[in-house]
Amino acid sequence: MKHALTQHLLVLRTALRRIFSSRLGGFFNILVIGIALSLPAGMYLLLQNAQGLVAQLSGTPQISLFLSLDAKPDDVDKLRRQLFQHPAIARIEFVARADALAQLKQSTGLADVIGGLQQNPLPDAFVIDPKPGEAQALEALRNELAKLPKVEQAQLDSAWAYKLEAMLKFARIVVLILAGLLSIALVAITFNTIRLQILTQSSEIEVSKLIGATNGFIRRPFLYFGAMQGLLGGIMAWFIITFSLLLLNYQLKALAQLYASQFVLNPLSWGDSLSLLLFSMYLGWLGAWLSVARHLSQIEPR
Amino acid sequence: MIKFNQVNKRYPGGYQALKNLSFSIAEGEMVFLTGHSGAGKSTLLKLIAAIERPNSGSVLVNSQNVGVLKERALPYLRRNLGIIFQDHKLLFDRNVFDNVLLPLQICGFDHRESAKRVRAALDKVGLLKREKSHPIALSGGEQQRLCIARAIVNRPSILLADEPTGNLDAAYAQEIMAIFESFHQVGATLLISTHDTSVLQDTRVRTLNLKNGELQSAPTGSVPV
Repeated sequence: MKHALTQHLLVLRTALRRIFSSRLGGFFNILVIGIALSLPAGMYLLLQNAQGLVAQLSGTPQISLFLSLDAKPDDVDKLRRQLFQHPAIARIEFVARADALAQLKQSTGLADVIGGLQQNPLPDAFVIDPKPGEAQALEALRNELAKLPKVEQAQLDSAWAYKLEAMLKFARIVVLILAGLLSIALVAITFNTIRLQILTQSSEIEVSKLIGATNGFIRRPFLYFGAMQGLLGGIMAWFIITFSLLLLNYQLKALAQLYASQFVLNPLSWGDSLSLLLFSMYLGWLGAWLSVARHLSQIEPR
Repeated sequence: MIKFNQVNKRYPGGYQALKNLSFSIAEGEMVFLTGHSGAGKSTLLKLIAAIERPNSGSVLVNSQNVGVLKERALPYLRRNLGIIFQDHKLLFDRNVFDNVLLPLQICGFDHRESAKRVRAALDKVGLLKREKSHPIALSGGEQQRLCIARAIVNRPSILLADEPTGNLDAAYAQEIMAIFESFHQVGATLLISTHDTSVLQDTRVRTLNLKNGELQSAPTGSVPV
């Protein structure tokens, strides 16, 4: 058992030495694999972040009901009663126009501008939590509420979030297609690298067969090479993604500050990172396996 | 140990390399295989190592019919043979030591035991001082001896040598023959092909003489020269 392990470690060392001994060639291969993998994986990460953002924003869809500026407190009371009795509404919250102005002053830092206003431009408003339902039902409710007396405008707050989510679903398919194509490319790269290796080592393979090497013994270094090259490519992709994210976050911080938000892009999780490495390793192994299966039988001792 | 029974070998294209060949070699025997070039000497050796398969008849090695051996079983047959190739088949990307190490790596020997065996084999052929050299830096005779070291490092019971003295001058050829003689003395079975009958002049060993793929001499008799 210890014996077999030593054998495998030896083969692994040979494979690694082969990768690093062809310094530039090996490095470029790894770089190409890294770039090919970082594209879909990076896009996946951006999507993941966008999705998190959408979920955060559209968690509870709300309808904002803005009253006309000439609405009297009586009108407001009447409307409140009507809304209370509506079967599709779970909860209502009244925001008086004075409160809204105070909140605006506090949260946006536009106090100077607001202080210069002659009169309060904001209307009274109701924030309505509808009972959970379909996007279409919410839209119908919005239309119904918009027709109530003294209601200037009814706005479905999360409508844009629904649309964004649909777009993200579309984008996810694009990423999947891209990932599929680039995975095939990765397998092809390894296939070709191994083919060249088999050609340059054909004399070693021939001699090994002549002096009693099993096919497994001959195959092993190539498979290890493919897997290791895939793994190193995966690590390269991880660094590309992580570094790009640092750059993006640096810019995003400035942007988010303008919006008084704390939004940052989250890096790849441990699980996703591990999946990336294992997947790239598997693809490298697969490319090597296909290549070896195809080319090794062509080298027969004569 | 080795037994040919009515063996025919025809290459694709119709060339008949061996015709109805029958002979046997006992354990511990040293046998020379002579004949003009193209007589079928290399083909005969390749049949023993299952590099080529016979069209008819059987080739028994250790009572195993190697002509019908499955692909998977071939490595284990060849580990039991030491083959010295006509074109040496040395690997020029590694030094003398690593060339001899290869058969042991294939069999999965551990590192320390391997190193010991490699040095013993190199010592036997007189190349111990050259273990760090690359094959390209060796003379023809030294390359031949390296090839022998690689064939014997595994301590096979059967040694096959295809024209081991082919391109060597008489002094080198004598040296090589002396090495083979020493293996014979410790009980190895040897089959050595050569077109150069001059190396046989001071040896009294059995000779199989091939002519156009057929056996000429009496298959069992010794040939005193």
